[in-house]
Amino acid sequence: MLKFAVRRLLLLVPILLGLSLLLFVWLRALPGGPAQALLGERATAESVARIEELYGLNEPWYVQYWKFLSAAVRLDFGNSANTNRPVTEEMMRTFPATFELATAALIFAVGIGIPLGYFAAKKYGSWLDNLSVSGSLLGVAVPVFFLAYILKYVFSVKLGWFPTQGRDDPRIDAEHPTGLYVLDGIITGNLEASWDAIMHLVLPAIALGAIPLAIIVRITRASVLDVVNEDYVRTAEAKGLYERTITRRHVLRNALLPVATVIGLSAGLLFSGAILTETVFAFDGVGRFIYEAITVRDYAVLQGFILVIAAMYVVVNLLVDLSYGLIDPRVRVR
Amino acid sequence: MSLNRRLAAGAVAGTLALGLTACGGDDDGSAEGGDGGGGTLVFAGSADPVIMDGALVSDGESTRVINQVFEGLVRSEEGGTEIEPALAESWEASDDGLTWTFTLREGVTFHDGEALDAEAVCFNFERWYNFTGVLQSPAVSYYWGTVMGGFAANEDPAMGESLYSGCEATDERTAVITLSRPSSAFLSALAMPAFTIASPAALQEFEADAVSGTGEAPSFDGTFGYEHPVGTGPFQFESWERGSEVRLSAYEDYWDEPAQVDELIFTVIPDGPARRQALENGEIDGYDLVDPADVELLETGGFQILRRPAFNVAYIGFQQNVPPFDNLQIRQAIAHAIDFDNIIRTNYPEGAVKATQFMPPELFGWADDVTTYDYDPDLARDLIAQSGVTDLTLPFWYPTDVTRPYMPNAQANWELMTTDLEAVGFTVEPHTAPWNPDYLDATQTGGTPMFLLGWNGDFGDPDNFIGTFFQDVNPQFGSFDNPEIFAKLDEAEQETDQEARAALYQEANRLIMDFVPGIPYVHSEPAIAFREGVSGFVPDPLSNESFSTVTVD
Repeated sequence: MLKFAVRRLLLLVPILLGLSLLLFVWLRALPGGPAQALLGERATAESVARIEELYGLNEPWYVQYWKFLSAAVRLDFGNSANTNRPVTEEMMRTFPATFELATAALIFAVGIGIPLGYFAAKKYGSWLDNLSVSGSLLGVAVPVFFLAYILKYVFSVKLGWFPTQGRDDPRIDAEHPTGLYVLDGIITGNLEASWDAIMHLVLPAIALGAIPLAIIVRITRASVLDVVNEDYVRTAEAKGLYERTITRRHVLRNALLPVATVIGLSAGLLFSGAILTETVFAFDGVGRFIYEAITVRDYAVLQGFILVIAAMYVVVNLLVDLSYGLIDPRVRVR
Repeated sequence: MSLNRRLAAGAVAGTLALGLTACGGDDDGSAEGGDGGGGTLVFAGSADPVIMDGALVSDGESTRVINQVFEGLVRSEEGGTEIEPALAESWEASDDGLTWTFTLREGVTFHDGEALDAEAVCFNFERWYNFTGVLQSPAVSYYWGTVMGGFAANEDPAMGESLYSGCEATDERTAVITLSRPSSAFLSALAMPAFTIASPAALQEFEADAVSGTGEAPSFDGTFGYEHPVGTGPFQFESWERGSEVRLSAYEDYWDEPAQVDELIFTVIPDGPARRQALENGEIDGYDLVDPADVELLETGGFQILRRPAFNVAYIGFQQNVPPFDNLQIRQAIAHAIDFDNIIRTNYPEGAVKATQFMPPELFGWADDVTTYDYDPDLARDLIAQSGVTDLTLPFWYPTDVTRPYMPNAQANWELMTTDLEAVGFTVEPHTAPWNPDYLDATQTGGTPMFLLGWNGDFGDPDNFIGTFFQDVNPQFGSFDNPEIFAKLDEAEQETDQEARAALYQEANRLIMDFVPGIPYVHSEPAIAFREGVSGFVPDPLSNESFSTVTVD
């Protein structure tokens, strides 16, 4: 198990190297060029040339790449051209926000998805089953930004139940030791701030969690349907075990394996979804920051953030693989 | 087995945590203000400030905060551009215009408790004058460069001698500033956020000048502008949560009328529609940069729309070195061919006024008797015939992806203009480019023979408008080289008598509009929105509003 984990972690190195190279070449192939992007308004050809020299942008690409790489291993991704602050500092600021949002979205998706999928399978062919199947189809089909806009329009703008944007009410003075606002409120004993943060999370989390929810419902349902017809379940039933015990020990444990895979894959989905959701809700996280970086061609931010997100994605999937062993002892990874 | 239990325990804990926090939030979360009864005002801008150090920024989001925390020697009158006393209660210029003596107000303290004296004023001026390296970059100390033109030791040999040459504290309340040449724009420029006075103790302690990186991408390493901006203004700095909000509180020992609200919060909502929705939903009390399309919606929804006096100008520019724009009659014909009233009616929000010259009417030096060019297609056709020009093709540029206060929709303007121009016999050749950097680059380097552009004023002086455009050869207007206009504007800048100066600028405006180097057509009023119950906000033409007079119910 440990060996497996180490091997997978080592695999991170070539993956990130390949990705960084791809990113590096791709970003530089975009029209405009980093120097022009940096200088912005009223830049003359001379100042562009000066900046290119200053930053070594006129050097061969492999020299530039090497410099980028050797700084990146020290977690130095340079400064954001947009905000003038170190990219690493921007990561520390925005990642907790997106982590909190993604966690809320996952709690929403898993918390509703697994029970719904399970009961849909148990009541196969019932109205609940039909509803969950068609509902999940809709969930996958509706684009995230559209759902976000609709949720915001109906529940914030029209009904006024939830705030329209942001992470907290500026009128509430709260401290943020961790950057996870809900947790911060609990730590600092400011439950009002926690509640406010939750209210700000609800709509974005629903919008972001909709697709994972739909997928989890479908996979859970399909998986449970498979499992309930297995011999060992029928044996258990024949033995006269309690329904609850069967569900817990035999059905869910076996059915959850593919669901865990889906949850792991959703981590990536959550990050790309966050770009849209956070932009719609002006939620100050990674997604919105990347969106702004794209619009102003902020190369340092794009390079740094995409690399770190990729690394996190690989790590999350490693954790998912490791969790297989916990869920199903037969899948002890070596 | 153990996993199941863990899962169950986790679920219970999670539910409990949610339930507990839910209990804590019985009220609606809108905390009211403190004992003073002043309450809290939340105002949304479109971006985070860059840094709260007036000398180092030129963007509106930074200067908005700086204007509450810091003050200069002088300021613009509320809602106008006339200069009035601020930290200096009076001043006097010597006859040769080289020595300016400022008498400081008594009893003014910085937010850190230090007293404001002449030494502090000189400390600030000397700090700016002695900027080195990255701090001299136009991207960093833009306004010092623009107004003063140079530093104690210029890094860039192309920079000239500094207009500022020294400051002496002759006594506690008297600061004498000497200039290297007379300049009448000097005093008006001092009202800019760039020349506000900071506490010398805080500047030193929190290393305001510690900066690394490059001129174009500076990295401010000190904490003065991020965590400890200390001025004398009606509000003092509390905290800045990057990317999200800046909190200020009323400064109790303020020398003048204290701020009406206890707390002032500037929050960041980048998206225009999101700002509007946040106001409609009661999350904020007001916001800036209202989309003209939202004005009516907000007004019918019971929100207040305030308009800043128009301190900008939109114009059509020509490059005189490119035919047919080298021909005066063609330029006049174009001016007569376009129905600008129709464009203003169609494409501009309420409050926009037709421009007759390259500066707004609020400013001294504006002339009410310049040559005007009324909509007259027949006259335009006559002028074309008289000009003898046969190739009537106009390469006409407009920018894409941009909204400016003076130009809410460039393409819509361009289309109406083109229709009018083609009606009198011109052939319009369309050209576009994205605003930043391509379009701005092209106009500044002479790549656009006929183009749409405009200007937002930085400070209340004609020098900032017609001086910027026409005091020297300007590549934007091609080889425009009119010694008569140049000389008139030079004379006006050096004149220290205000009335004589106004008269000189009026003459310059007449000369410019006879020559028609371009066609100014509109001054537009940018709008600000507030919810009902917010009052006392006075829109400022330069967007340098003070929030100290604002009250909330």
